[in-house]
Amino acid sequence: MDDIVKMIGLKNNCTFCGVFRRQALDRGAALLKVDKLVTGHNADDIAETVLLNILRGDIARLSRCTSITTGEDGPIPRCKPFKYTYEKEIVMYAYFKKLDYFSTECIYSPNAYRGFAREFIKDLERLRPRAILDIIKSGEDFRIATTTKMPEQGTCERCGYISSQKWCKACVLLEGLNRGLPKMGIGRPRGVNGDHKKETKKPGPAVKSIESKQCGSLDF
Amino acid sequence: MRLTLEFGGGLELLCDSEKIHKVNVDLPNGAAAADDFTMKHLLSWVRTNLIKERPEMFMKGDTVRPGVLVLVNDCDWELSGQLDTTIEEKDVIVFISTLHGG
Repeated sequence: MDDIVKMIGLKNNCTFCGVFRRQALDRGAALLKVDKLVTGHNADDIAETVLLNILRGDIARLSRCTSITTGEDGPIPRCKPFKYTYEKEIVMYAYFKKLDYFSTECIYSPNAYRGFAREFIKDLERLRPRAILDIIKSGEDFRIATTTKMPEQGTCERCGYISSQKWCKACVLLEGLNRGLPKMGIGRPRGVNGDHKKETKKPGPAVKSIESKQCGSLDF
Repeated sequence: MRLTLEFGGGLELLCDSEKIHKVNVDLPNGAAAADDFTMKHLLSWVRTNLIKERPEMFMKGDTVRPGVLVLVNDCDWELSGQLDTTIEEKDVIVFISTLHGG
């Protein structure tokens, strides 16, 4: 990750880390032939993600991020059993049970957009602790207008994994890193949603439609 | 007043990486008797005497930064009045940061 940051700078670190970690998790799970992939996302994480998706206008993720199980129709469903457990409860449990755990924070997280959502949520929790659960409930109750265009699930042309674009995000980012184009895969596309534009300046495959990814979250 | 202070969840890094501090706190002039010594007094004492770097990671204004858990004798301070919690001789106060990960 340090090498990546040397190349891309201190912004959008979460995008690279999150996408690659998610890919590693998925590939590892497939190699081990597991039935389910379970992560430790807690209530604070989910609430932050809901707020983050609202702030970024990411409707597709907003509709998915509060589901406790995702990918049920795929090979390996994913689940977050601690969805309603406050981070504070988990820390207290670990303390009283004298459990060993890593408490180091990612060194790049101070620059992450998610930090703002987290700060806000922590202040809210202090004033009204139920706010966290209420945000999750709101997120669950969101209904997307039927007229909103949503991405369709297909497969990546390069690696064959599931993707809503021509190339999956991991392939786009990797290509960008290998070609010395740190901004590839970052930011919103210009033009009509879904249009594939040929980049006249650079040779290579027709550039894929790029959707911006919010920081700090694996794409569940 | 002799107290035991513990720091966890990464906060120990702000205190020279020492997790446990056995301290002797002088009662501030404002406290008439030992009964008056509250968490509010203790926090400002800690900030002045124990926090060696990045005080904004520990405190925000008069109280701890949101996300820092405070246990007084293994009891959440929210149950005993937060800043108004009275501190007595030989109490154990634990500060744990719940903010981690990425």
